[in-house]
Amino acid sequence: MADMSVAHTAGASKLGRFIIYGLLALVCLYYLMPLFVMLSTSLKSLDEIRAGNLLSLPGEFRTDAWVKAWDSACTGVQCEGLKGFFWNSVSFVVPAVVISTMIGAFNGYALTMYRFRGSDLVFGMLMIGCFIPFQVVLLPMAQTLGALGIANSTVGLVFVHVVYGAAFTTLFFRNYYVTIPDELVKAAKIDGAGFLRIFFSIILPLSVPIIVVSVIWQFTQVWNDFLFGVVFSSGDRQPITVALNNLVNTSTGVKEYNVDMAAAIIAALPTLLVYIVAGKYFVRGLTAGAVKG
Amino acid sequence: MNATVLSSTTAPAARPARRCRWCDTLDAWLPKLVVAPTFVCSLVFVYGYILWTAVLSLTPSRLLPNYEFAGLAQYEALFDNERWWQALSNLAVFGGGFIVICLAVGLLLAVLLDQKIRAEGFIRSIYLYPMALSFIVTGTAWKWILNPEFGIEKLMHDWGFANFTFDWLIDPEWSIYTVIVAAVWQSSGFVMALFLAGLRGIDDSIIKAAQVDGASMPTIYRRIIIPSLRPVFFSSFMILAHIAVKSFDLVMALTNGGPGFSSDLPATFMYSFAFTRNQIGLGAASAMMMLMIVVAVIVPFMYSEMRRSRHG
Repeated sequence: MADMSVAHTAGASKLGRFIIYGLLALVCLYYLMPLFVMLSTSLKSLDEIRAGNLLSLPGEFRTDAWVKAWDSACTGVQCEGLKGFFWNSVSFVVPAVVISTMIGAFNGYALTMYRFRGSDLVFGMLMIGCFIPFQVVLLPMAQTLGALGIANSTVGLVFVHVVYGAAFTTLFFRNYYVTIPDELVKAAKIDGAGFLRIFFSIILPLSVPIIVVSVIWQFTQVWNDFLFGVVFSSGDRQPITVALNNLVNTSTGVKEYNVDMAAAIIAALPTLLVYIVAGKYFVRGLTAGAVKG
Repeated sequence: MNATVLSSTTAPAARPARRCRWCDTLDAWLPKLVVAPTFVCSLVFVYGYILWTAVLSLTPSRLLPNYEFAGLAQYEALFDNERWWQALSNLAVFGGGFIVICLAVGLLLAVLLDQKIRAEGFIRSIYLYPMALSFIVTGTAWKWILNPEFGIEKLMHDWGFANFTFDWLIDPEWSIYTVIVAAVWQSSGFVMALFLAGLRGIDDSIIKAAQVDGASMPTIYRRIIIPSLRPVFFSSFMILAHIAVKSFDLVMALTNGGPGFSSDLPATFMYSFAFTRNQIGLGAASAMMMLMIVVAVIVPFMYSEMRRSRHG
């Protein structure tokens, strides 16, 4: 698009390009600023924080705040840092992601390759589940988890995340499988392969990209969740997002901003790493849901 | 069609010993069996629970559910509640500001990035990384940046603007705007990605034709490119509106609804009444209102969009 205007006036367009790059760079700084501030604050001592400002660099490389955030910072009444909560999150995020992705794959396969009467209706009903505000199911779910005896447990959180995540994973897999040509499955059916055989030997090997998308999406969603965590768990069973919020809002003694920031980075690290390693798939997951809408 | 008919008749004949009689029946039922658990879960845990919440909202439940019928008393109490009105007006301010700014920033960045920029992938990934962070982390970071004592205010003082004050975080009039600032930072890159994908999908030949006709680049953007991004505006709006209504974590981390309840949103209102103030009935009523807000925003929008696509 830009090449035509380049032909017009070289000088004006050079200035134009300069302005565009300048703007883009400024916006980059804006997006990076909070991460920079978090990191540099977490490496400062409290005296440095009081003496300097947001953008001043730490005088020396200190890791005390990080150690404290991980090991001994107070999250409410107990002062054992974030480590326990970090492993809490890992313990329910991993099963929730695996199970909901598997369910999504099977559902997507059944709903596209084996359309039955009412399959579109079923899909539409599932999709509405993506749109409701979860507040409208919280109270009954709290009652149910209590009645089943899995309130405030890893099993309970896995259950909730799978139930409300399966609609999204089904959407991902369905939208991916509609692009696979029907002939492939038809040929296999002629050869006498059944539902499961076709899935495991033909469809699954083709599904690697969408499995990655689904895993990343679910991982980010479940790891970052706060609402289900704060409602369905308490005490030392809470996920890291809830613990971080407690840590920041614990108002005993001196406010340690460096520890807050170290804790925030610890809580953000897993999803940030996933983003750095597999950003391409992350973006695809974000847009996959949206484009089909 | 022919192929499937053939397969069901020839396949068992090919290896009659291995395939049992009811295997084919089972195979025909397997797709439905596979989808059934999710379907039942959705029926119970989405539709059933909405109904259950609706029932709760018609009862006088407080600490524990109590299934006496109380008519619309909880809704009356809700609409008499000053804090609820504050939450609703905050939702309007926050939702409006958040959606408009995200759309504007997202579109602008996408157009700028679409000018054959070197290192586009790198820049794009910088704009998008906040989306990988949770709202709790975002809120914690911005709470520190906007800190009236050590945050931006101090930075400006150090830079020589001695009279600069910036205390939105503790100012009841302005606290809700801090939520907009943080939310826009988190989500605008995502809108940029959506618009960029939309821009890449536009047929180049239309633009070339317009250029041949002598249209300037700004005119082409205004008259051709931006109008053709209509579906992207639509899906972005839906997603952003949805994020706005559900916004909970960000407020909890950034302002905790305060000062007072000046930055409360319906989601924080619901949480606080249903789970910390033991007013289950009122909480359920507010949750139903949230559902209705989502329906009221999304359904007309979807309807008009579907009509449009059917005619166009």
